[in-house]
Amino acid sequence: MNRPRLPAPLRRTLSLARKETFQIIRDPSSILIAFILPLILLLLFGFGISLDANSIRIGMVVKDARADARSLVQAFEASEYFEIVTAFDQSALEPSLVSGQLRGLVVIPPDFTERLHRRDPAPIEVLTDGSQPNTAQFVANYAQGVYAVWQTRQLGDAALTPPAAITPQPRFWFNAELTSRYNLVPGSTAVVMTIIGTLLTALVIAREWERGTMEAVLATPVSRVELLLSKIVPYFILGMSSLVLCTLAAVFVFDVPFRGSVLALAAVAAAFLVPALGQGLLISAATKNQFVAAQLALFTGFLPATLLSGFIFEISAMPLPIRTVTTVIPARYFVTSLQTLFLAGDVWSVLWPAIAKMLAVGAFFLALTWLATPKRIA
Amino acid sequence: MWRRILSLIIKEMLAIWRDPKGRAVILVPPLLQLVIFAFAMTMEVRNVDIAVLNLDTGSRGRDVEAGILGASPFDEVIGLQSVSQIQEVIDSQRVIAVVHIGQDFTRRIETGQSADVQIILDGRKSNASQIANSYLSGIISRVSATAYPGGSAPEAIRIRHWFNPNLEYAWFTLPGLVATITLLTTIIVTALSVARERELGTFDQLLVSPLRPIEIVVGKSAPGLIFGYMHGTFFILVAVFGFKIPFAGSLLALYGSMFFYLLAVIGIGLFISAISSTQQQAILGAFVFASPAVLLSGFMSPVENMPGWMQLATQINPLRHFLHISQGVFLKDLPLSEVVRSTVPLILIAMVTLPASAWLLRKTSS
Repeated sequence: MNRPRLPAPLRRTLSLARKETFQIIRDPSSILIAFILPLILLLLFGFGISLDANSIRIGMVVKDARADARSLVQAFEASEYFEIVTAFDQSALEPSLVSGQLRGLVVIPPDFTERLHRRDPAPIEVLTDGSQPNTAQFVANYAQGVYAVWQTRQLGDAALTPPAAITPQPRFWFNAELTSRYNLVPGSTAVVMTIIGTLLTALVIAREWERGTMEAVLATPVSRVELLLSKIVPYFILGMSSLVLCTLAAVFVFDVPFRGSVLALAAVAAAFLVPALGQGLLISAATKNQFVAAQLALFTGFLPATLLSGFIFEISAMPLPIRTVTTVIPARYFVTSLQTLFLAGDVWSVLWPAIAKMLAVGAFFLALTWLATPKRIA
Repeated sequence: MWRRILSLIIKEMLAIWRDPKGRAVILVPPLLQLVIFAFAMTMEVRNVDIAVLNLDTGSRGRDVEAGILGASPFDEVIGLQSVSQIQEVIDSQRVIAVVHIGQDFTRRIETGQSADVQIILDGRKSNASQIANSYLSGIISRVSATAYPGGSAPEAIRIRHWFNPNLEYAWFTLPGLVATITLLTTIIVTALSVARERELGTFDQLLVSPLRPIEIVVGKSAPGLIFGYMHGTFFILVAVFGFKIPFAGSLLALYGSMFFYLLAVIGIGLFISAISSTQQQAILGAFVFASPAVLLSGFMSPVENMPGWMQLATQINPLRHFLHISQGVFLKDLPLSEVVRSTVPLILIAMVTLPASAWLLRKTSS
């Protein structure tokens, strides 16, 4: 045997990886998944999903025409949170609440002035559209805030000392203005990388199984490890490039602060790609069919990464069985790490456990893939 | 003509049902989504820990602590000893919030002065921390009300939530699922229908049969319509009987507008079908359509929070209109005029997508 001893496995792996790269680039549906879909999703998540209710349209029913009531209406009109429609009659505004054009009503009763001066409880009433629970909660909170500020100022003007009270002073760290985009855009990187790592990998490799070209490769001296490595490397590079794209977009298009280090970001992303790619490989090896692989990748990769990763919905509030399921979803750890890296910085007490768990899930997927990949054709 | 169409419809239904893949498409996604969406989609705060740093030695500080200990959303309340620990527990996400009571807290209250309680929250979880903040503020106001001899500032505002008095998130999610699930089912069933025949090569046989193109379109639309109605009905039943969500409006109005909604979606599904040559491409096409449709419908976050140009773009999204109808009819007894107003865009979308896909289907198969 006069073949070079050490480089052979490496050379084989590299040429297979090159073949894999061509395969991705030459197929239009791969281009769609690798480049176009991530871009669309990034834009949708960045612009489309916002939990910040800026200027909610509400109605004010003003049944008291005196100065205090007018001044309260002005306070609501001046608030950046609300867009106000006023009426003297509640029945004029109720249909708009039903149709969803208004998300709440502030009712100032006819005896508002008297109740205010008598310091009666609850001189005004707020009705919200409970069919949108999140917005309803904001309407209630913001209305309370506007009223409290107005009341303090009003009492100050009347040279009355406001009654002593215990006042909560909230400070939101890392995101003082509570811009939901700051949490959502970093989180969406996890979804984009899941699409490339899991969906694209599963599809392209399932196609090889389907067409029998995988068997052809297996018939060569290539070992299973070399084969798996050659599959992983191109998708790994593609995944890391999508990370660069997403991060640049987050910082320069969506103005999200980045307080961590690039090195930590790269480390966390690399750790995430291990289970993401592992899952893709496992799906392709287990199904050997593009159609089933596409469905499985969507339902076990994309959906959990979007809905069960804590990216939009809070994991802690989910019921126990679902919380248990989320512990094996790698995107969950990635989302937490990304939000921490972007907003808080390199907090290693968050990052190390996340990296360890992602690698553990990844090792599990890769081990299963190794078992599911036949050594030789039966 | 009707007999031909009917037999084509029966054939289509059987084709889906006899194919194990087709059966999986019909049965698995809705059940999976029921579990994920109905239970996991929540904006509430539960099972989170918080920390209290009470530097006050008096009784008022303990009152605040007791109030927090008794509050339901918090799992564990950790006692901190010094200010320097705050950063550690917040940074590592050990707790979502720290309540910081200063040294002179009780003294200030007892001398009739106002006192502050600082709440430090983890802004990385902007929604959860906001909700935690309103819980904590509520607790503090209750302590405040009993702390001063003459009583403190009275409760300023009475709040009533219409249509969903306890703001239960499931009341939002399940009526929304009636719309989203039917979209997913119908789009996948329809998108696969032509692609499956193309893959098997039977589509050419269909084209040379005496069926006219319009009849083929009707036959290919029927399964999406039937399965869409079946899944929609299933979720209405789950919402009403499983989750005890009151159905306030007219079932007839909901089913009536659902017809046009499904037609609009079927048009898009056939369109995807016409441009896909394999079932795998059809599935991906359906996915590329469905994810933006769900994201930009108001189901994941309110449409009114989006920038103006994007709100305008949501007008061509059938899910946005039907979501409004479904949630409205369910909870608010949406008046018929309002249902019609939102059904008109659905009819318009169907009038564009159906003929366009029929045309494309003829073009790609000749």
